Order: sequence, then C-alpha cells, then structure tokens
Amino acid sequence: MSIPVGSQDDKPAARVPTLSPGTRRMLASIGWSLVSLGLFAGMWEALWAIGAINPLLLPPPHMFFSDIARTLTFFDHKARMIGSQGGGSAIMGLLTTIGWTTFRVVAGLSIGFALGVLCGALIHYVRMFRNLVQPLILMLAPISPVAWLPVAIFVFGVGDVPAIFLVFVTVFFMIVLATVAQIASVPKNYLHVARIMGANERQTFWRVILPAILPSLFMTLRLNLFAAWMVVLIAESVGVGIGLGQITGMARATFNAKLVFFTMVIIGVLGFTFDWALRKIQQKMLWWVPPGQGAM
Amino acid sequence: MARPALSLRNVSKTWMPEGRSPVIALRDFDLDVAPGEFVVFLGPSGCGKSTLLYMIAGLEETTGGVIEQNGRVVTEPSAERGLIFQEASLFPWLTIADNVAFGLSIQGVLPQKRKEMAADILRSVGLGDMLDKKPDELSGGMRQRAACARALAMRPSVLMMDEPFAALDVQTRAKMQDFLLQIWRDSKASIILVTHSIDEAVSLADRVVVFTSRPGRVKTIVPIDLPRPRPTRDPRYHEYRDMFAELLADEVDRAFAEQETR
Repeated sequence: MSIPVGSQDDKPAARVPTLSPGTRRMLASIGWSLVSLGLFAGMWEALWAIGAINPLLLPPPHMFFSDIARTLTFFDHKARMIGSQGGGSAIMGLLTTIGWTTFRVVAGLSIGFALGVLCGALIHYVRMFRNLVQPLILMLAPISPVAWLPVAIFVFGVGDVPAIFLVFVTVFFMIVLATVAQIASVPKNYLHVARIMGANERQTFWRVILPAILPSLFMTLRLNLFAAWMVVLIAESVGVGIGLGQITGMARATFNAKLVFFTMVIIGVLGFTFDWALRKIQQKMLWWVPPGQGAM
Repeated sequence: MARPALSLRNVSKTWMPEGRSPVIALRDFDLDVAPGEFVVFLGPSGCGKSTLLYMIAGLEETTGGVIEQNGRVVTEPSAERGLIFQEASLFPWLTIADNVAFGLSIQGVLPQKRKEMAADILRSVGLGDMLDKKPDELSGGMRQRAACARALAMRPSVLMMDEPFAALDVQTRAKMQDFLLQIWRDSKASIILVTHSIDEAVSLADRVVVFTSRPGRVKTIVPIDLPRPRPTRDPRYHEYRDMFAELLADEVDRAFAEQETR
C-alpha cells in the first residue's frame, strides 16, 4: 500500500475559512439575492444610461434613492395639508406610515385567521350552521377583496376599519374553506386514538384536530399574505388615513415617479420581511413540522 | 374456562353502501377469549377480521349480536381495550413521552406523575432514550413500540393489533414478535392480533381463529400446542403451517369463484 500521507500537513491551511454549513447556506442565499437584485437594478440603470427610458417616468434606482431626504418629507404628515396625525422628523413620518399599514395587515390577518378557524369548526360540528352558512361562504369566497372596497367604505366609513376589513375578507374565506377541508382529512386513526383514550369532543378538537390542521392553515395564511398586502394598499389609496397606499395614491396624483418607486421598494421589503417573520413563527409554533415540508 | 375476558355472540356486520346492495362482512361470529390468552385472527384479506377488531374496540357498531368484556356489553371505545394500528399513528406534534402520556392526561393524571409513568413504560419497551424525540425521528419498529407503550400506559385488559407489523421489514418484524411476546407476558393482557401471515400466527398464538372469506365466519379454531419460543425446526411447526396454508387456499379459491359468478 503506498497511499501518500504527507498531504495531511496542508490540511489546517486549507481549513481556514471554517463556516458551519448552515451559515454557508445562509450567506449563499443572501449572496444570490443581492446578485438577483443587482442584475435587475443594473439593467434598469443601463437602459437609462443609453437613454432607452424616460427618467421622469421610470427613474432608475440611483435617482430615487439619492433624493431620499426630499422623498421622505412626503411621509411627514405635518408637511402636508391633509391628515393631522404623525409628525416629528421625516424618518419618524416614514416609520409611522409603515407602522399604520403593518398594523392594519396584522389586525386583519389575526381576526381573519381566528374567526375563519372558528367558522370552519362550526361548519364542521353544527349541522344547522353548516346548512345555513356553507352555501353563503362558497358564494362569497370567489369575490375579489377589491370588490368589497365600496361596501367597506359604505359600512365603515373612512378610517382604519375598512382597510382592516378588506384584509380580513382576503384571508377569512380561504381559512374557513381550508379549515373545513382539513378537519375532514385528519387521519381517522388520530381520532380513533383520541376516542379510545376517552377524549371528549372538546378535548379531541383542541388536542388532536387543531394541531393536526394547524400546519396547512398556516400555509394558507402565508399564501394569502401577499394578497393581504395588495389589498391594504388599495384600501389606503382611497383615503383611509395614514398609510403606504395613501402615499402611492398621492404620488400618482402628483406625478411623482421617484416617490412611487421609493414606496414600492419599501412595500417590497416589508412584504418580504413579513413572510420571513411568519415563517419564523411557523417554525417556532409548529416545531414538529420538518423544514422543507409544508414549504417552509 | 373461567369467565372469558371477551365474549362474542352472533356478532354480525352488514355494510349498507348507498345505491348498492348490502354487503355482509361478518355473520354470526362466536368466540370467547380467555384472560391472558393470545389469539390470532387469520384470514384472507376482505374477510372482515379488521372490521371485527374495530367492533370489539367499540369504534364500529355491530349490526347484530353482542360483544361483552368481563360481562359488560361493549357500546363505545375504552382504554380497557387498547388498539394498535398498522401505522403507529403517533401524534407528530407531541414528543414520544407526551404521546405515551396522552391517554393519562385525558384521564386527569397529574403532569409529574404521568411523566414518570410514561418514562417507565418507555424504558420497559426499550425506548428509554427516546423520551424527547419527535415521532418522525424514530424508525418504523421504534414507532410501533411507542404505539404499544401508549396503549399499555392505560393498562388495558385486552390489547388488539391490526396487522401491526405489516409495514415493517422482515428483520424488524421478527424482533417485534419477540417484543410482543415479552409485553404480553409482562402485561398479562389478552392479545388479539390480526394478520394474514401464517408464520406470524404459528409463532405467536395460543389459538388461531381462521376466518372464511366474505361473509366472515369462524372456519375453524386451532390451538397451537407447541412450547414457546416456537421450535421452527420441529416437524409439528410445519404441520401447522401446511394446515393453515390449505385452509386459507380453500377460502381464497372460494372468494375467487364467487367473484367470477357475480
């Protein structure tokens, strides 16, 4: 046997950049995200540089980012005639705006999720409720949330409530339908085990059915998160107080392309962060679901 | 015989599928199971042996006849009659220890106490290191042992198993059979095991109940008069095997013939 062994001396030198596989995967994913964004921005800039696009209509990133100080003033409510909340510096204005929009999304999602599961469970357990409500839900579910906008304003007036209501509508029906479908597909043997162990209906629901359906309900919630973000912007753009949607609405009305794109970036980053946060919550709450399963 | 642990009298089951003619799954089934007896239900698939097991468990209603446990009529499921499925059916959202303690917690046993009990039982089935593992971190055989531990935690007087080893590989299956004999001796419960494996029947049973094909009835009951562990090289062992193979072949032939005339 003449296997060279001398090369072992090189090993410590070769192992200098020691990173755990997890860190390396994360760095790689961040790297690719930057490359992906950079390519997009670069193409945009290039098109501007050769004069293929009008900077007044489609200002490239360096233009709408370089003007941040002026752009931010639009978020400050004191600088505007309409609205009276907010105030302070421009950054504070931006944060307040983001805060309000986020609040509406979170409120709508939470209420929609809780009531959706409740309604789905009632449909499953109470025959009378099912007969009365299920056809209605099936009729209302396909209606686009945007179509609810006038209704929301007629009923709730102008303010937070219609925006929250629209987010609620976006998730509610989907959660109801998912709950009904998922309860029906809980493995029979889980229910058999619960019955043999002497669990009553309530124990069975809280301790067997709910944990069994939670992963896919969370998935439904995440799939509808982006729809919720779109809807909240539409609701805000028709004037329901402070919010990112209102800023885009204003930017459109005043033909301020830089502001439009700046706000779009903020919305994109927020939506991404939200999905990430929901994924983290999912991993914490649903610890038993292996990563990769249920598209985590 | 002393009072049977389980007694079945004229038990029948007829399925009423919508829009089709009724199917008789089981007709006039009579059987007594003694306390601590190991009974195997052997029969071709579709003969109603699993259905009968679910009826004894109380999960499925009989359409005729009476099932009694220790003189009390079975009307609903009870932890007194444990049931183990082909798939372990552990709850993936609970640790192994919490799965085993699930029934105890339903019965109101305090957390500290049930934790100790679950740990004891898991140690006795050789899973003492697995308390905090998730079910999907265990192998198929380990999961099935954990499912046994979950049933045993309720101290059942009858433990039923619906082809519990069918999903396991051959080597694991042999190990699980030894394991099963061990918990049978320790728990002193009566065991009813459903299988279509002749080897499993001859290696494990005190008595083998051979089912006819649909409608399921008792074709014959054969006591296995061999010492444990079963001497697989003994000619008598092979006589039993051959006998069961013949009995089953008859039934499979009959089932095929019936399908053709339909």
